[in-house]
Amino acid sequence: MLGRGLGVLRQAIREQPRIFAVAVIGSVLFGSMVIVSAYVVGAVVGDVVVPAIARGEVGVGTLALAAVALFGISVLRVVGIFGRRLGAGYMQYRLQAAYRRRVTRRYLDLPLSWHHRNATGTLLSNANSDVEAAWYPIAPLPFAVGTLVMLVGAIVSLFATDWALALVGLAVFPALFALNVVYSRRMAPRQARAQRLRAEVSGIAHESFDGALVVKTMGREAQETARFAGRAGELRDALISVGRLRGVFDPLLETLPSLGTLAVLVVGAFRLRQGAISVTELVSVAFLFTVLAFPVRAIGWVLAELPRSVAGWDRVRRVLDATGEMPYGQKVLDPATPGPATLTFTDVHFSYPPAEAHEPGAQVLGEVGFTVPAGRTVALVGPTGAGKSTIASLAVRLVDPDSGVVELDGVDVRDLTAASLAGTVALVAQVPFVFDDTVRANVALDRAGIDDEAVWAALRLAEADGFVAALPEGLDTMVGERGTSLSGGQRQRLTLARALAGRPRLLVLDDATSAVDPRVEAAILAGLRASAGEPGVPAASILVVAYRRATIALADEVVYTEQGRVIARGTHTELLATVPGYVDLVTAYEQAEVDRAQERAYDDEVAQLPSGLEIEVDR
Amino acid sequence: MTNDERDARTETTWQTLRRGLALSPELRTGLAATLGLALVYMVGRVAVPVAVQQGIDRGIVGGLNLDVVWSVVAVTAAILVVTTACGYLMMRRLFTVSETALANVRTRAFRHVHDLSMLHQQSERRGSLVSRVTSDVDQITQFLQWGGVILLVNLGQLVVTTAVMLAYSWQLTLVVLVAFLPAVLVIRQLQRRLGAAYATVRQRTGTLLGAIGESVVGAPVIRAYGIAGRTARRLDEAIDNQRLAQQRAIRISIVGSSVGELAAGLALAGVVVLGVTLGVDGTLSIGQLTAFLFLVTLFIQPVQIATEVLNEAQNAIAGWRRVLDVLDVAPDVADPGEQGRDLPAGPLDIRFAGVRFAYPGGPPVLHDIDLEIPAKSRVAVVGETGSGKTTFAKLLTRLMDPSAGAVLLSGVPLAQVRFDSLRSRVVMVPQDGFLFDATVGDNVRFARPELTDEQLGAAFTELGLADWLDGLPAGLDTPVGERGEALSVGERQLVALARAYVADPDLLVLDEATSAVDPATEVRLQRTLDAVTRGRTTLAIAHRLSTAQAADEVIVVDRGRIVQRGPHDELVHDSDSVYGLLYASWLEQTR
Repeated sequence: MLGRGLGVLRQAIREQPRIFAVAVIGSVLFGSMVIVSAYVVGAVVGDVVVPAIARGEVGVGTLALAAVALFGISVLRVVGIFGRRLGAGYMQYRLQAAYRRRVTRRYLDLPLSWHHRNATGTLLSNANSDVEAAWYPIAPLPFAVGTLVMLVGAIVSLFATDWALALVGLAVFPALFALNVVYSRRMAPRQARAQRLRAEVSGIAHESFDGALVVKTMGREAQETARFAGRAGELRDALISVGRLRGVFDPLLETLPSLGTLAVLVVGAFRLRQGAISVTELVSVAFLFTVLAFPVRAIGWVLAELPRSVAGWDRVRRVLDATGEMPYGQKVLDPATPGPATLTFTDVHFSYPPAEAHEPGAQVLGEVGFTVPAGRTVALVGPTGAGKSTIASLAVRLVDPDSGVVELDGVDVRDLTAASLAGTVALVAQVPFVFDDTVRANVALDRAGIDDEAVWAALRLAEADGFVAALPEGLDTMVGERGTSLSGGQRQRLTLARALAGRPRLLVLDDATSAVDPRVEAAILAGLRASAGEPGVPAASILVVAYRRATIALADEVVYTEQGRVIARGTHTELLATVPGYVDLVTAYEQAEVDRAQERAYDDEVAQLPSGLEIEVDR
Repeated sequence: MTNDERDARTETTWQTLRRGLALSPELRTGLAATLGLALVYMVGRVAVPVAVQQGIDRGIVGGLNLDVVWSVVAVTAAILVVTTACGYLMMRRLFTVSETALANVRTRAFRHVHDLSMLHQQSERRGSLVSRVTSDVDQITQFLQWGGVILLVNLGQLVVTTAVMLAYSWQLTLVVLVAFLPAVLVIRQLQRRLGAAYATVRQRTGTLLGAIGESVVGAPVIRAYGIAGRTARRLDEAIDNQRLAQQRAIRISIVGSSVGELAAGLALAGVVVLGVTLGVDGTLSIGQLTAFLFLVTLFIQPVQIATEVLNEAQNAIAGWRRVLDVLDVAPDVADPGEQGRDLPAGPLDIRFAGVRFAYPGGPPVLHDIDLEIPAKSRVAVVGETGSGKTTFAKLLTRLMDPSAGAVLLSGVPLAQVRFDSLRSRVVMVPQDGFLFDATVGDNVRFARPELTDEQLGAAFTELGLADWLDGLPAGLDTPVGERGEALSVGERQLVALARAYVADPDLLVLDEATSAVDPATEVRLQRTLDAVTRGRTTLAIAHRLSTAQAADEVIVVDRGRIVQRGPHDELVHDSDSVYGLLYASWLEQTR
């Protein structure tokens, strides 16, 4: 652990060598001044105070010199403090910033499949608390390095003063050092446990408050509180155990140098009688023990933070070393043909990576093949869990297939540049994602060539212009954390407008109007069909995941999937005639109505029967 | 800014402390003993300077006397052993009492947040509610474990040190105090600025976390729209802003400790100059003067970290205040508790009597609703987005209280019904089928943990979902992931429905509970639900009109009023009515 911890520190020094040098120089200056101050105090007592009192008169010159020396040392110590703390702080914050930048860059570069494998909370703490933990020991590091130098200097100066007093130092300083090491060793696991429990307590609170509606509607407040209280109790016990350890060591760390000072008094008095030392030296050494105690603790601070630092560093490295980027290709689709694009799936297989490395992944898609011809609308229909959203993700290359090819205008999407891909296709997801930004920024996303006019046009097409115009600041309205100030339908229409604003040549709608009223949806779809400049000629090909008959009716072709396979392709009428599963799905509502009508007829018959009997009996 | 916030800002530290102590009386238990131990512990700090003075004056200067030195050292060492032990006992008591009290506060605040009305929960950012029971309380405990002890011990140390110095020489004490006076004034100023600087750091850290969160949660959008560059720029800006704020804060903090250091240098110089003069006069011994130099260094440490500790103390107080403020909010939809009534046994009927509702400060959402729904009926509520139909469901389940009028179940006003009776008899399935990060089985038995896997399996079979369950990788033991995100949106709704079904309510309220499920499954679910909920009252908010067609009665809501009610077959006759138009559109969509 120590070796690895020092490795992390070495890395830090390699990255910020200059600022580290400044901090260490400051720290060494401070340490030297601590030693010097002890000797100056000793000299003041022994060489100024004692003779002055003995003579009964004040030597103004020496007195002034002593005062200036004492104050001068303070000034130099302040210089040292500035160098040390400023250097350490800047170094720590710069490293944090640099690594936050690198980690978040990886998030942007790594593929979605990697994101799927990692919980949101983990990724958040990788970029935040793990980076922080990795560089936490940097703050006390220069102080600790300076203290080490100071300790060596103190021992040397002690030997220069008197070997007997030096022996006291040799007993006390290593003991103090050892006590610090033991303290931090014992403390580290306790702190780690408290930290872990803090995260768990916070996790429970997050989840429980996120699900507050469910907790409330099912009256489970007491049980949720019990769950929370259990973990909060563990945290309390962990913090008490941290506190008890502190209670043992903090007073000891304070008492040890005091005992050293007392030992110096005894040994010093003895040596004084032998004539080996002077009062000056005795006072100097006694003072040295008093002022040295505090800086030694800095070494303990660094050691105490090392395990956390290593753990944080490992987690950060895991992100930085993660591979499997989805590299983009070099090809660009001809921008000269701005018409609708053709999408082709050929024998596409896809499985989600397994939770455990040795298990096989769950296959989601197999042998999927279909085409969305230029300018056509294809509806993707299938029961819940049939893999429709996965097909939508593959079409815009959020994920890559295990085998098989997805092509746009005959070019494998893996060969396209990022810009060409993003400029050609647009996906509107089932669950809308809204940035904590203005309406304008959410629609335009800073993409080139999308001015306010284009934003309004897209909003109009998505039937979102009405509610946006009614917002207090129109396009400049902030939509808040994950769009919480908007209704579900409004969020969907906003994300739809975002897709339309880029004038994509292929639009992929993944059940993107589920929270929109049927009438509004019909208007949106009609608008999409007529969105091209000329009537009758659509601007984009459309792949639409749909349940609603009206949506399906707009499609030129239907691709029907079940359990990750394409069961049938054809027009709506063809599939109705040939595919029983499709019939069940799309005529479910009509069927239900027919059944109900029959039931009602039957109920009526049954209802009439006993009444008839009763009448008979009455007669 | 709400009134609460304004009051909180003008509240003094002492008022907060008093409020906090009133809430956690356990903090007072044994407080006197703890303070007594702390006082003894502080005596240990001045023991060494006193020993130095005694040793020098009586055993070293003016004739060496080793016996005196020995006895002074022995007595001091004995004192140190006692004070060290007292230090241990003091901290042990302090940490045990304070951590226990704060854990209780944390749990109470957690419960209280759940007791607040849905409206209140939604008006706060979810993250800030979480902070009340996490970082705010953490701030207090962290302060108590570090700064609190330092503050306590150092305050005592200042007092004890000053007392000892006064005993030696009032003149020199005055010099020390005068030297530190400007430092105290400057530190007070700096501490205010440091507080502001740290507030900026916190605020920018919040922005940074938001930006990181968006880059993680919004990864599909960022990739699909090729806006990694824009996102990276925003992240970099947030990262740099945070760093600059941190650097500014540390600069102020360093100035604070430097001021303390300079004051110490000034005091030392002053003590030497005046001390020698006094020594020559014979009013001060060499040992006393030396002890003074030691005592001045005892002054440095507290003053050096004073800015940091005071700032931390202020943060801890502010955190405590925020926690107390949450606890002080009376739940506006409160459980009548012991005085409350139970719902009568058997199927429940519904009555809305002159119900009006408006969100605070908003226009009315529902106007004068008078409505009776007989027990055992199956009712669908339909209307366009924003018509008020979801508000209807929230009033019925008492997630909110009406602004005027009353909602009654089987003749009992909802406000009088005890929550455990209400929640066990009335269950709502919200549109967003929130799942906990556990297995499918654990989510379904959320309200009834005693149910066995067999019983859950049977419930899925009754709902006609056995095939779907069998298709899952590990059946009931399949983990659903954070918020259920390992399942599709439709599948989450199936689990949420099963969860409500096994809760076995007498009134089931469905708020677009199957909006993301495919039509065939929905129709199947509808039929099985009809069968299994026969004999109970069900009310379904629907935008798919298939639900309305299947209901005994349809209630049509438009702009906050009930405009039509009756069976589907009757309502649909009037093709110009609100329902007629909705249905025409629905047919157009589905046929």
